[in-house]
Amino acid sequence: MTDTAMPEYVIEVNDVSMVFNIASEQLNNLKEYFIKLVRHELFFKEFRALKHVNFKVRRGEVVGLVGTNGSGKSTMLKCIAGVLEPSEGNIFVRGNIAPLIELGAGFDPELTARENIYLNGALLGYSNDFIDEHLQEIIDFAELQNFMDMPLKNYSSGMVARIAFAIATVTEPDVLIVDETLSVGDVFFQEKCEKRIKNFIDSGNVTVLFVSHSMEQVERICQRAIWIEKGEQRMDGLVGDVLKAYKAQFA
Amino acid sequence: MPHLASHYAKDGFILQQLVNKDFKLRYRRSVLGVVWSVLNPLLMMIVMSFVFSYFLRGSNVENYPLYLIVGNVTFGLMNEATSTGLRSIIDAAPLLKKVRVDRWVFPIQKVLSSVVNFALSLIAVVIVMLFFRIAPTWHLAWMIPALLLLMVFCAGISLLIGALAVFFRDIIHLWSVLLTAWTYLTPIFWDLSLLTNSNAPWIVTAVVKANPMYNYIDMMRCAIVYQTSPGSTVITLAVLWAILALVIGVLVFRKTEHKFILYI
Repeated sequence: MTDTAMPEYVIEVNDVSMVFNIASEQLNNLKEYFIKLVRHELFFKEFRALKHVNFKVRRGEVVGLVGTNGSGKSTMLKCIAGVLEPSEGNIFVRGNIAPLIELGAGFDPELTARENIYLNGALLGYSNDFIDEHLQEIIDFAELQNFMDMPLKNYSSGMVARIAFAIATVTEPDVLIVDETLSVGDVFFQEKCEKRIKNFIDSGNVTVLFVSHSMEQVERICQRAIWIEKGEQRMDGLVGDVLKAYKAQFA
Repeated sequence: MPHLASHYAKDGFILQQLVNKDFKLRYRRSVLGVVWSVLNPLLMMIVMSFVFSYFLRGSNVENYPLYLIVGNVTFGLMNEATSTGLRSIIDAAPLLKKVRVDRWVFPIQKVLSSVVNFALSLIAVVIVMLFFRIAPTWHLAWMIPALLLLMVFCAGISLLIGALAVFFRDIIHLWSVLLTAWTYLTPIFWDLSLLTNSNAPWIVTAVVKANPMYNYIDMMRCAIVYQTSPGSTVITLAVLWAILALVIGVLVFRKTEHKFILYI
């Protein structure tokens, strides 16, 4: 593939809104549903988690998402990862995504670590041959050589997180989505994870979306920041300017 | 190339992994393991034919144990496929909330897992045939279209009820009642001639004959027990039911799947 064939933007978020219906009461059964339907009482309260968000990210850019709790950052990330579908607008992502938002999709506590690596790998879109080839690499990174044939239910949560991180980052993705709340394992392993993410960033091929409440971390890692507040996109620009404005709201 | 290029290749690998997982978990930590899948229909057949063969003296069923076990395992396939398909989306909730994955793989996977189990229970059928020294003829080949049509039928139903169960959990209770009623409506341990011989009103016979499971089981029995070709009405109905179930299932699933994530 030549460079000219590469589209300019890796992530395009076009006028995205996300609406959740909050039922005034839980209707999980048919009888209640039909009674409400007949009485015309099927009212839903609408909650707009995202309101007309627009941004584009170029290949290799490192973008921080900031905002207070419940402002819609996670919803935004889940829309980009394809877990949620936006109610309005559309999202294009070119290439494969490594969503380090919620790790270990499909992990089954009864299966061994080895079996779970294949299952999770399938869900991430890896091929069987690829997992065969990189199995040792994954095991080495997680540093759990002696526990590979033990059911996952006997693992500590830190050990599970190690494996999950190792699988998700075994190959260099086109788009990496990192949530700060993801603190994996002990201090030593955290350093190892950060180093791997840093390598991805330094390669220049990986586009990174980074969510964090730590201003210093965002400032250190990102060049650009987007501030989302109560579902609205407040600002999009250089990291210094955005963080200054973000902090100013509390002053 | 770490990632599978085509969408279908990815879904295929996911299906394979999920079927694999179900198979392993079913027999993990059981001493007899896979043998249970063979033993289960055999034991059921022994107990049922012990009693029911006396009821059925008036009918013209030959090889009653074989008749019974074929009916049982065929109905069992539908029973297992639909009742696991029913919960497939709800059970996949933790997964659907984490990664992007085509949602239809979950009900379809349950149908495939049930077919694996069905294939194992066929060993029990072979044991019965050996015991009674019943040699198969080329009509055995009818098993393949019968199984394929039944799989399509189950896939359609599983897609339909799997999707509906997300929005109305009542379906879970409703379906178990329906399955029980369906067991009695289908000639599994009784024979259609019992109805016609006792001058049942035509409507009763018509309902039993239109019943999709009657048609799939009859195709299976033609292949294994009667060793003839199934009648054209039976084949037509089996095809029609399969297409109808699949069309409705796919339509409902595609219309509702975008809202799953908000309800699971």
